[in-house]
Amino acid sequence: MNVLNFVNAFFSDGAHWHGYDGIPTRLVEHVQYTLMALGLAAAIGLPVGLLTGHTGRGGNAVAFVATAARALPSFGLLVLIAVVVGIGLLPVMIPLVVLAVPPILVTTYEAVRSLDPAPVDAARGMGMTETGILFRVELPVALPLVLSGLRSAAIQVVSTATIAAYVSLGGLGRYIIDGLYQRDYEKVVGGAALVALLALVTLAVFWAAGRFVVSPGVRRR
Amino acid sequence: MDSVTKRYPDGTVAVDRLSLEIPDRSITVLVGPSGCGKTTTLRMINRMVEPSEGTILLDGEDLQRQPVTTLRRSMGYVIQNAGLFQHRTILDNIATVPRMLGRGKQKSRERAAELMERVGLDASLAKRYPYQLSGGQQQRVGVARALAADPPVLLMDEPFSAVDPVVRKGLQDELLRIQDELGKTIVFVTHDIDEAIKLGTMVAVMRTGGRLAQFAPPAELLSDPADAFVEDFLGADRGIRRLSFFSSAGLELTRGPVVRADAGAERLAAADGAPHLLVTDADGRPLGWAEPRGLSAGDLAAGPLLSCGRPFVPGTDSLRAALDCAVLSPTGWAVAVDADGRVIGVVSQQTIGEAIRSAHGAGSPGDERTAEEPADVTKVAP
Ligand SMILES: Nc1ncnc2c1ncn2[C@@H]1O[C@H](COP(=O)(O)OP(=O)(O)O)[C@@H](O)[C@H]1O
Ligand SMILES: [Mg+2]
Repeated sequence: MNVLNFVNAFFSDGAHWHGYDGIPTRLVEHVQYTLMALGLAAAIGLPVGLLTGHTGRGGNAVAFVATAARALPSFGLLVLIAVVVGIGLLPVMIPLVVLAVPPILVTTYEAVRSLDPAPVDAARGMGMTETGILFRVELPVALPLVLSGLRSAAIQVVSTATIAAYVSLGGLGRYIIDGLYQRDYEKVVGGAALVALLALVTLAVFWAAGRFVVSPGVRRR
Repeated sequence: MDSVTKRYPDGTVAVDRLSLEIPDRSITVLVGPSGCGKTTTLRMINRMVEPSEGTILLDGEDLQRQPVTTLRRSMGYVIQNAGLFQHRTILDNIATVPRMLGRGKQKSRERAAELMERVGLDASLAKRYPYQLSGGQQQRVGVARALAADPPVLLMDEPFSAVDPVVRKGLQDELLRIQDELGKTIVFVTHDIDEAIKLGTMVAVMRTGGRLAQFAPPAELLSDPADAFVEDFLGADRGIRRLSFFSSAGLELTRGPVVRADAGAERLAAADGAPHLLVTDADGRPLGWAEPRGLSAGDLAAGPLLSCGRPFVPGTDSLRAALDCAVLSPTGWAVAVDADGRVIGVVSQQTIGEAIRSAHGAGSPGDERTAEEPADVTKVAP
């Protein structure tokens, strides 16, 4: 049996479509973990990135934090925190947030810092406040890059959120882990296919968001 | 500006004890070589740079007494590459300051549309984005944006340096026209002395190290450079360029050598003795120069004609333009035409030379100096 057959068998089994272990439930759980982690990471990465990028100060600190965070293995972190604080949402959220902050922080910082200085100078010269400059001059032009940072963070979180299953939580990781344990490869492949699908949907969402929120003057189309 | 000095944190003295009185409602140009502190001086006026020493007064009041955003909102600011906001349409770029000042969206846009017209931008560009405009058009948008809230003061930092010479000339003419209409107090920075002389009511020449070398009207700068630095900076042909400030109105024209193409034999005979004849068509427009010998009456245009070159318009064009016409003319005579291009007479290089000497003798245009300054004459006279 090849992979496609596994996938086919998994999705055509009616038992996989309802109940607490059904696809809709696991999908919703997975999306919840992802959104929560992404929201927390954005709440940290965006303001810090915007501020350091705008002032041009703290660039070294940003680079250091990002490199350090990238060096941490998500799974190791999960186990470590689960040992310290016990099983629950926290040991899942921390590794996911640590994973998602660097791409958001670094691209946002770079996006703002590398902007053409002329419009900023013009805005300041016409009496715009610093907050005004950041949100009305810099952010709209930096937006495509900022979104791309959020996008790579989102993709990484979507695939890594499977680790939630290790600490007895739900999400699509359940199929993969349970499947491996039960030697039910149909389940493993089906779960992996769902994660891949969700990653594609994430890409589509960001593409649509880009079309919607980035000015045509910046997209140059 | 009263004895203003700017020392940057790294120790660079960008401006050194500069004192300037910038006149109201006219264009003051700061000119000098790169790095001489022009930008720093300009940016101290809207407090983008704070002076280390000295004070700057605006209408008698210290700049420091106003909140910095209020100050800046009362001054238009135009920079080299326009610095447009690429996420906003042209109309919304121009409407930025009125919007910031809390005027309604609709009102601000109406005002922006008005300004587009004033700076010579087609209304069809309103909905475009900056990347869809040429450099010259972007610069016009920059000027319109600076004028949008009708500030009394306009600060311009090399606004036309990044566009090609033809577009630059158009922008300069436009600025002079706008200034005629609006009467702003403009401080204009450039490294181009020709631009300074063309635009400035007053020109401040700065030298490296941020010191003022001379502050004078352009004609005086050309006639009396304060020192070797200024003289050098003005360039080799300042005598010729100074002629731009004298009108060609007073030139003595003669109609003697001017004949119509269908002139009869007696008219030709009357003009005999002139080395060349200027042949015109029936409307009086110049066709070209002809040798009087061997011309057959009745159809002068049939013979070989020398080009008459570009004519000048007395009163409108300067003495420099008239001299240029004479120098370029194959006969050495300049052709004077009226506003419709009809010949009103011709003038020889010699006559123009005399006019130049007497103009210099009478001193600079617009000031009271007299011919007591022979050095002035010898510097320029051929
Ligand atoms: N922010 C700054 N820090 C240190 N030195 C500066 C700064 N800005 C300008 N300078 C220096 O001050 C001098 C004058 O600069 P500037 O006013 O920009 O000259 P200009 O506009 O005439 O070319 C130059 O030597 C320049 O290197
Ligand atoms: Mg400069």
